[in-house]
Amino acid sequence: MVGQHGWRQLPMLALFLLPSLAALLLFVIGPLVASLGISVTDWNLLRPPHLVGLANYRELAGSADVRAAVGHTLLFIALYLPTVLVLGLGLALLLNRPLRGLAFFRTAFFMPVVSSWVAVALMWKWLLNPAFGLVDYLLGLAHLPQPGWWADPSWALPSVIVASVWKDLGFVMVLLLAGLQNIGPQYYEAAMLDGAGAWARFRYITLPLLSPALFFVLVISLINSFQVFDQVWVMTGGGPGGASSVLVEQIVRNAFDYQRMGYASALSWMLFAIIFAITAGQFVAQRRWVVYE
Amino acid sequence: MSSADLLAPHPLAGPRARRPLLRRGGRALSYLALAALALTMLFPFLWTLSASLKGDEAVLATPPQLLPSTLHWDNYATVGQNIDVGRLLANSLGVALAVTALQLLTCSLAAYAFARMRFRGRQALFLVYIGTLMVPTQVTITPLFILVRLLGLTNTYAGLILPSVTSAFGVFLLRQFFLTLPRELEEAAFIDGATHWTIFWRISLPLARSSLAALSIFAFMGSWNNFLWPLLITTDPKLMTLPLGLSSLQGQYSTAWNQLMAGTVISIVPILIVFLLAQRQFVQGLALSGLKV
Repeated sequence: MVGQHGWRQLPMLALFLLPSLAALLLFVIGPLVASLGISVTDWNLLRPPHLVGLANYRELAGSADVRAAVGHTLLFIALYLPTVLVLGLGLALLLNRPLRGLAFFRTAFFMPVVSSWVAVALMWKWLLNPAFGLVDYLLGLAHLPQPGWWADPSWALPSVIVASVWKDLGFVMVLLLAGLQNIGPQYYEAAMLDGAGAWARFRYITLPLLSPALFFVLVISLINSFQVFDQVWVMTGGGPGGASSVLVEQIVRNAFDYQRMGYASALSWMLFAIIFAITAGQFVAQRRWVVYE
Repeated sequence: MSSADLLAPHPLAGPRARRPLLRRGGRALSYLALAALALTMLFPFLWTLSASLKGDEAVLATPPQLLPSTLHWDNYATVGQNIDVGRLLANSLGVALAVTALQLLTCSLAAYAFARMRFRGRQALFLVYIGTLMVPTQVTITPLFILVRLLGLTNTYAGLILPSVTSAFGVFLLRQFFLTLPRELEEAAFIDGATHWTIFWRISLPLARSSLAALSIFAFMGSWNNFLWPLLITTDPKLMTLPLGLSSLQGQYSTAWNQLMAGTVISIVPILIVFLLAQRQFVQGLALSGLKV
C-alpha cells in the first residue's frame, strides 16, 4: 500500500488535512456544538449569558408565532413540493428523447436556477404586483379574480410558492433527467416486444427505475423547503402581519432583531431535529418504494 | 452513470422518417409543451429587462406596455447614483473568487488525504465530514455570527470569506474522483522517490480538472448568490455584496420599479454570462452532486 510511512508521514498528513479540518471544526462543528449550549441560556450579547435550562424550549413549544411559522412552512411544502416534482418530472420526460434545440431548452430552464434569490424574488414581486403587475392584468383580461398576491395575507405564501416553483423547476428537471438517462434501453425494448403501451412502460419501468432519483430529489427538496428564507425575506418579509412567517425567518428575527441568541439557538435546534427526523424517516420509508437495480 | 450522458442523444433515438404519424403528432405536442414552458422561464427575465428601460410613468402604465416606447438608460445611471454598483460588483466578485480559490485548495488537499493517505480514524473522520452536510446553515449561523464578532471580523472581507473557506461537499466530490484514478501511476512515482505532495500536485490535481471545474462553479455560484450571511455581518455599504445592495435598493424605492428592475438586471447579468460560458460544467456538476452524494 502506497504511503505507509508511519509517524514520519504526520507533517505531510497535517499539510493535506489541516486547512480543511481546522475550518470545518471552527466554522461548522464548533458552532453546531456551541448552539446547543447557547440554547439553554439567556443571552443578548451585551451581558454574559446565564443558564435558563430548558426555558427556551418550553417557550417555543407554547409560542403562537412558532406554531404559525411551522404551519406556514408545512403549507409551503404541501403546495410547493408536489407541484415542482410533477412539473419537473414532466419536463424531464419531455426532454428525455431525441430533440432539436435541446441545448436551448436546457439553458432556458436553468437560467432561474443560477440567478440569485434576491433577484428572482424582486422579479416576481414585480410580476405579481397587485397594482401594476402583469399577472393580475392578464387575469383581469381573462375575467378571473385578481389576487393581491404578496400584499394580501392569504396570498402572500402562494406568491412565494409560485416564485419558488419557477426557480427550482430546472434543478429538479436536471436531477430527474440524469435519473431517466440512467435507465438502460433494454428494459424498454423488452417491454415493447411484450406489447406494453406507453402508460404501462411509464408505470412499470420508468417510475420504479427512476425511484432512486425521485427519492434523492424528495430528500433534498424537503430539506431545502424547511430552510426557506431568502425569497420570503425579500418578497414579503414574513408579512403582511406575519401571514408568511417561516421558521428560519423566526430564527433570524429572534437572533438579530431581538438579540435573543438563546431562544434563536433553541429554534435552530428544533428545526434541525425536524429536518433530521424527516430525513431519517424518508430513509426508512424508502425501502417500501425505492427500487435499486 | 456518467453525467456526460446527459448531453448525448437518447439511446432509443431512431431514424425520424420511420416514425408513424401518431408519434410525429406526439412530437409536435411535446415541442409545443416545451416551448410554452421555456417561454414561462424566459419571459420574466425579458419582462424585467423591459421594465428596467421604461420611463417612470410608462412602467406603471395600464395596460402594461410590452416594450418601452423610449429607452430610458438613465434608470441604470440612477441606480448607480444610489448604490455604488462598481463597488458591489467588485465585492461580490472578489469574495466569490476568494471563496472559490480557497475551497479548491482546502478541498482538494483533504480529498487527496482521504483518498490516498492512510491514517488512523480516516473512515470515522470522513463520516464526520459527510455528517456535516446534513446540518442546516441556520443551526450554526447564530454561534458563527458570535464567533466572527468575537474575532472582530464583522464588516470585513475576512468575515465574509472565512466561514466558506472549505466545503464538506467539495471534499466529498473530489475524493470520489481521486478514488477513480489508477494507483499504478502513483506507485511508479513513489518508487522514483516522489512524495505525496509531488504526486498530488503533478499527477492527481491535473487529472481532476473537470471535477475541479464543477466545484469551482458551485463555490462561485453559492458565494455570488449568498444572501443571509452577508446580510448578518455587513452593515457598512462599502462591504456589501450585490444581493444586499439590491435588497437595500428595494427599501429606498418601493415604487420605482424601473430602477429596481435595472438593479436586478445588473445583479443577474454577470452570473448568467458565467453560466452561458460554462453551461456544461454547471449541468454536469449538478447532476454529479445530485446522484452521487
